[in-house]
Amino acid sequence: MSAATGYNFGYLDEDTKRMIRRALLKAVAIPGHQVPFGSREMPLPYGWGTGGIQVTASVIGPADRLKVIDQGADDTTNAVSIRRFFARVAGVETTERTAEASIIQTRHRIPETTLREGQILVYQVPMPEPLFRLEPRVAETKRMHALADYGLMHVKLYEDIARHGHVAISYNYPVMVNGRYLMSPSPIPAFDNPKMHRNPALQLFGAGREKRIYAVPPYTEVRSLDFEDHPFEPVRARAGCALCGSRESYLDEVVTDDAGGRIFVCSDTDYCQGRQARQEAAE
Amino acid sequence: MAYVAVKGGERAIEAAHAWLARERRGDPGLPALTVGQIEQQLGLAVDRVMAEGACHDRGLAALAIKQARGDLIEAAFLLRAYRTTLPRFAASLPLDTGAMRIRRRISATYKDLPGGQVLGPTFDYTHRLLDFALAAEDEAPPPPPEASAEAERMPRVTGILAQEGLMQGEVAGEAEPPDLTREPLAFPAERPLRLQSLARGDEGFLLALGYSTQRGYGNAHPFVGEIRMGEVTVEIVPPELGFAIEIGEITVTECQMVNQFAGSKTEPPQFTRGYGLTFGHAERKAMAMALVDRALRARELGEEATAPAESEEFVLYHCDNVEATGFVEHLKLPHYVDFQSELEKIRQLRATALREAAE
Amino acid sequence: MMPAMRATLAAGFAEPVLDAQACFRAALEAMARPGRVQRVAAPPEAPPPLGGAAAALLLTLADADTPVWLDAGPEAEAWARFHAGCPIAAAPGEAAFLLAAGPMPPLASLAAGSEEEPHRSATLILQVAALAEGEGWRLSGPGIEREHRLRVEGLPPGFAADWAANQARFPQGVDLFLCAGDRLAALPRTTHLAAG
Repeated sequence: MSAATGYNFGYLDEDTKRMIRRALLKAVAIPGHQVPFGSREMPLPYGWGTGGIQVTASVIGPADRLKVIDQGADDTTNAVSIRRFFARVAGVETTERTAEASIIQTRHRIPETTLREGQILVYQVPMPEPLFRLEPRVAETKRMHALADYGLMHVKLYEDIARHGHVAISYNYPVMVNGRYLMSPSPIPAFDNPKMHRNPALQLFGAGREKRIYAVPPYTEVRSLDFEDHPFEPVRARAGCALCGSRESYLDEVVTDDAGGRIFVCSDTDYCQGRQARQEAAE
Repeated sequence: MAYVAVKGGERAIEAAHAWLARERRGDPGLPALTVGQIEQQLGLAVDRVMAEGACHDRGLAALAIKQARGDLIEAAFLLRAYRTTLPRFAASLPLDTGAMRIRRRISATYKDLPGGQVLGPTFDYTHRLLDFALAAEDEAPPPPPEASAEAERMPRVTGILAQEGLMQGEVAGEAEPPDLTREPLAFPAERPLRLQSLARGDEGFLLALGYSTQRGYGNAHPFVGEIRMGEVTVEIVPPELGFAIEIGEITVTECQMVNQFAGSKTEPPQFTRGYGLTFGHAERKAMAMALVDRALRARELGEEATAPAESEEFVLYHCDNVEATGFVEHLKLPHYVDFQSELEKIRQLRATALREAAE
Repeated sequence: MMPAMRATLAAGFAEPVLDAQACFRAALEAMARPGRVQRVAAPPEAPPPLGGAAAALLLTLADADTPVWLDAGPEAEAWARFHAGCPIAAAPGEAAFLLAAGPMPPLASLAAGSEEEPHRSATLILQVAALAEGEGWRLSGPGIEREHRLRVEGLPPGFAADWAANQARFPQGVDLFLCAGDRLAALPRTTHLAAG
């Protein structure tokens, strides 16, 4: 029994954890392939990260230190809620420091701080199927993955370029994993896509409502789809962070008044605070 | 620097929970609703929450309704989240609805039939006039029903048609039916899986889909062969005993819709059935389910499947209201990171377009 | 299960929830970093010839939903059935997990999944004499930065060719855990082996 009595360690029962663990091992063995799993109803609603929560609950142990971010920030309400859930049902230590965490559950971002071996990044995934806007029928997209037939997506990107001069996808930008499977990186901004490529950490993806798990093993090739004459270009605001001055990090735009005033600040709160602390220490 | 990042998610959540608790309770000058009152006096809400929550427990369903402030989808969600944590001791044998202790049984296809028509407790012939007497605080208990249907054996209407060879036979499958609560949907979905999904499905969604088949989106010519509601026995076979034992009795509603089937090269024309079964007294749901079940059989009956109600993936992926409400409502979670990348992208695309227009 | 039989059974995990979690993390780390040797910290009590790591993997991953094939004798079979609750597969091709303490069943005879569902494939838990990092085969593929080295003692002579054939079937194929005592390493179907 865990800190919250009446529930198993990590909330899930052992049968469910075993089922998810088996799916995770197969997902790692077949990088980028979506493994269906018997997703359970969780005490948080679908869309709030039930897939990520089930993955984390099946992986986490007493020795882990958990970080949860939403939009890159540790203090967004949903991140707070999920962190409290695990503190309650697994009694694990939590942290806001990327470098100190052994498991990082995320919605919509990859931390700016480079991850290392031994860390696990768990993504919350709303729609695991990268082709769903082009082909909503799951039976059809399964066949396309089986045949590695991704012509539909290439045509879509090509049409974007013909029409706009650029690919018009700014987030959830599709990637090829290990040269075989087309994969949704979850709705992270395209800016974060290059961080997936040959990342030393293990990346696990959980889609609760759609009942799919997939994975990218460490040091695995993850390429954003592009064309030779139109290479992939990650986009960020052309500004520096108003708090820490970073010109490398991904920025949120904050509207400061009703006269068009706006500033940009880091979306990754831990990264931003770390930089501010170091700047203060240096002064 | 004037700007300070927004903080205090934790305190905001706690304050919101406290506020919610107060709103739920309402005016403290009025007595609190008891779970027993909900279970007894809002029985149809309890039935719906049990069906869509996929868990038969009247007391817990009533508690969920109370906790959810009467939001039945939220209540179904509470019940689902609870049921997933329960150990599974056994699977019941198929219910024998033929042996139902019937409280209501009607057929629209025969004027009279063995066992008779039993109206039972129905809204059907009430005049929908607000009954202001019910607004009185000390409502006198209504008298008990005059006669309850006797335990006369009531053959199923579909059985009567089958005797004449007019109803397509249904063969019990050998295979263990799949379990939707343990395995994700897989397509093509066979009928046991479809029926499971529809039984948990949202009443409103199925109602609209069933309605659409009547309005030409699908090839439906339905008749209510029979609706029956009453109590059935639930049995399990414990492995250590090796024979069936009764574990209780539940109320269910069953609907069998009779539909035309044009026949094929190998089969002469005959009737086919659409089937609906729900926990409790939930006639609208059972009927809608039977219409949609029949529509989803289009593929296996060799009919053209073009209407929304005939598309397995469309119906089954979207009928679960706990999934649907989650994904719709998650749009209120912050999405500003993605929106930011959309902002930058649209600025880039506009710049390109304006530059090209200027050239 | 007869009470007399139960009394002779070895005990399984001492702390089922936490031991299974720790073993799973070792297995996940092994699968994610092929050729890196992991240690199972708290292996279960299991009847010979089952080794600690192989027995721990079985308890961690197998249950009523996964047919298991074993060649470790009736005592090990009874132990697996009791502690994992798993059905015993009649033939290697029907098993989700196989635990081979003796000769390795041919990889080509095991479930490899389908083109659409390559995850419906077997996982072979193979007991070997010894595992050593830093020497032996040169491993490459997902999970490996440049190259991992792994020496495995006690594999059948045709193993390298079998493995190359398994790898060539990607995305279908079999995944392998190699277990020696309480240590384990994994070879997912993506791992390429070159002679050291």
